[in-house]
Amino acid sequence: MIRESDDVIVRTVARLLMPFITLYALYVVMHGHYSPGGGFQGGVILAAGFILLVVTQGIDRVKRRMSQEKAIIFSSLGLLIYAGIGALCLILGGDYLDYGTLGRPLSVQRAEARSLGILGVEIGVALGVMAVMCAIFFAIFTPDQKNGRREQ
Amino acid sequence: MIPTFNFILILFLFVCAIAAITIRDLLSAVLVLGAYSFFMCLLWAQMTAVDVAFTEASVSAGIGTVLFIGAVSRTERRSKD
Repeated sequence: MIRESDDVIVRTVARLLMPFITLYALYVVMHGHYSPGGGFQGGVILAAGFILLVVTQGIDRVKRRMSQEKAIIFSSLGLLIYAGIGALCLILGGDYLDYGTLGRPLSVQRAEARSLGILGVEIGVALGVMAVMCAIFFAIFTPDQKNGRREQ
Repeated sequence: MIPTFNFILILFLFVCAIAAITIRDLLSAVLVLGAYSFFMCLLWAQMTAVDVAFTEASVSAGIGTVLFIGAVSRTERRSKD
């Protein structure tokens, strides 16, 4: 069980750093299709922000914002976005994940539709990876309910 | 790039890899494994595989170390063998 840090400097600095970590992760996700980075790395950095909050603010306080149930819902949502965009291309007459066919309903050119489609898939991957990383972290660090063993 | 720098990186990589599997204290082994991932990340970046280096830095050196520390804290700190 991780409790809140006693040091006010650690708590405050972690709270101040959290928005910048999230902003950097969003930058990595948004620029993933033409520079290093992408959905996977951005999702991991998003999860790292949550883990920093857990380590400094205590697991109970963070679980009010991001519980294990919410994490599982978010991971399913990420998978749904990924598979949904792929299936949408299939419905519109192309292959699976053939983003060019998205141009007609979005009323943009094929090249721009491909860019937007990859961006949508990256967002889905980032959501899924972030939620799964948080779920694994919570599963490891939540104490057992049965025998009431307390760690750390 | 500079061959000497490359050689030093590979040397550190070997030292970290051998240390990570020989150290008896598992918490120290996890931290040495994090250092190994970081040297691997520098080598990937040096081989101009920036995307792989990014993944190595964020996943292996970032989240992986945290999850291994969690696993050590849930089990035992000393290795039996």
